[in-house]
Amino acid sequence: MASAAAHSDKNYLNESSGLWSWLTTLDHKRIGIMYFIAVMFFFLLGGVMALLLRLELYSPGQTIMTADQYNQVMTYHGAIMVFMVIIPGIPAILGNFFLPLHIGAKDVAFPRLNLFSWYCLMAGALLAFSTLFTHKIDTGWTFYTPYSIKTGTSVVTMVIAAFIMGMSSILTGLNFIATVHKLRAPGMTMYRIPLFVWALYSTAILQVLATPVLGITLLLLSVERAFGVGIFDPALGGDPILFQHFFWFYSHPAVYIMILPAMGVVSELITAFSRKVIFGYTAIAYSSLGIAGVSFFVWGHHMFVSGQSTTAGVVFSFLTMLVGVPTAIKMFNWLATMYKGSVLMRSPMLYALGFLFLFAIGGVTGIMLAVVAVDVHFHDTYFVVAHFHYVMVGGTLMAIMGGFYYWFPKMFGKMYSESLARLSFVFIFIGFNVTFFPQFVLGAMGMPRRYFDYIPAYHSLNAISTVGSWLIAIGFLISLYVIVKGLISGEKAPANPWGAKTLEWTVPSPPPHHNFDVEPVITAGPYEYR
Amino acid sequence: MGNNHDENHAHHITPLETYLKVAGALFALTFLTVIAHHFNNQLGVLAAPIAFLIATVKAVLVMLWFMHLKYDSVMNRVIFGAGFFFLALLLFFSGLDIWTRVAEFSTL
Repeated sequence: MASAAAHSDKNYLNESSGLWSWLTTLDHKRIGIMYFIAVMFFFLLGGVMALLLRLELYSPGQTIMTADQYNQVMTYHGAIMVFMVIIPGIPAILGNFFLPLHIGAKDVAFPRLNLFSWYCLMAGALLAFSTLFTHKIDTGWTFYTPYSIKTGTSVVTMVIAAFIMGMSSILTGLNFIATVHKLRAPGMTMYRIPLFVWALYSTAILQVLATPVLGITLLLLSVERAFGVGIFDPALGGDPILFQHFFWFYSHPAVYIMILPAMGVVSELITAFSRKVIFGYTAIAYSSLGIAGVSFFVWGHHMFVSGQSTTAGVVFSFLTMLVGVPTAIKMFNWLATMYKGSVLMRSPMLYALGFLFLFAIGGVTGIMLAVVAVDVHFHDTYFVVAHFHYVMVGGTLMAIMGGFYYWFPKMFGKMYSESLARLSFVFIFIGFNVTFFPQFVLGAMGMPRRYFDYIPAYHSLNAISTVGSWLIAIGFLISLYVIVKGLISGEKAPANPWGAKTLEWTVPSPPPHHNFDVEPVITAGPYEYR
Repeated sequence: MGNNHDENHAHHITPLETYLKVAGALFALTFLTVIAHHFNNQLGVLAAPIAFLIATVKAVLVMLWFMHLKYDSVMNRVIFGAGFFFLALLLFFSGLDIWTRVAEFSTL
């Protein structure tokens, strides 16, 4: 890799000062930090709502909220976590910050578009939150017809908000594709870019190709609600199942928009903390593209009991199982990387291992749900809730936390308390399993999702699940303390505290405004360990 | 930056006359759509496919000349075409369901 850039006291944080300099910045690193602040706020909101939902479910009957309020809180929890936290999470925060650094570029290809993407997310989020002060929506984050057409709540405002946030996602993806193709440093061939960049690239393809379909679908929904045009309503000659086709054509690939960048982060963590060259670089890179490709063929598995035809169900069942192949390739390669490596159990690596453990459970239960006969039994039960939380939280959120602890020294030039970071992992990991594993059992027992009440037979497992949510909350509070303490009084971070090999570790911490004082010339791969 | 700009190529300058011809073709096709609409009843089930066909020809003209796809690199054409592939995918699988669902349950 290229030699370290000359040290300078000037960096992207102190290059200019004042709120206006941040709000008008074109620096990809500052935009990444702005995404970080926004997404942290959204996560806090969505997390508090999750805690309230679990508290309501602690015991049968009405406890802290009514059934209507439960539906509303559940809807906002889902919409916030999906559209404002997990989808933008890794690409917008870590991707924005590190993609140009990873490929030896000064910035992304379209810096103004990058800032505009942030404002799109903010505008969409504000519009979405505005519905909290009007008619709170209760459709669930999926806005299924025909209920979303008939309910008197602020569905149109919310779907327009989702449309605008989708624009943010599309523009980020477009920017990343152009950046990867056009701004790689001399010698940085496609087979020398870090696997995190491959993952972001694959994700960007999904963002650009799939998100417009969501936008159009939500606009069609708005047109039907506002003008009575028959698209999804059978009374007007429409087809409600068509909405589900259109919605899941985006929203299943969206699951991979959430998990692919997480897989990229995990690839970086495992090779860095195993002190070993990644096993099967090409296989991992192509499996990212493979997952992205196959993800477009599988959306119908969300619709096995929707009234979709049996023929389509069988086809989608078969295709869904194909996703397991590239995913398993990644898992085996990560395990093979650790094999005979000098594994350092630092906090980012703990989160990476947590990812492997939890994502394996989430993935395997996904294959179970791909079987039509099994899905008919488990559909809309807590088994599904547990499955997708194991994928989205156990997978993506673990990777976000691991990636954040890994790159924190580079982003802020400060170190953090390693012991407290490990403690946060212990609470989050144990809390997560205590919360969601009982939900597999509840689902198998037949407890339906999206209900605010349940029969007494489900009480003990629900109580355990609620206690688990408190453990997760404690874990994240510890993490928040670690971040704040690190920012205020953390030791100064060296350029490369982990001894990692990718390009961002060759520049000072925090990086200078233009990343590299001298354009790097790349002569070797990204993981030259041994 | 860098040495990855080998895809760069000289921009093709399209003569104004060509643009005017394409614009004329677009107007003519719009006129044809209006005429076709007048024979809506006679065309029957063919009315919609004919309207779509004319619209498709117009879109292709815009893409090839106004969006310069005719003079662009093969890679850009492939990327552009990928969008249509995924649209076809959406329509195919949605259609598969609707087609087989109607066949299974319809009383028609």
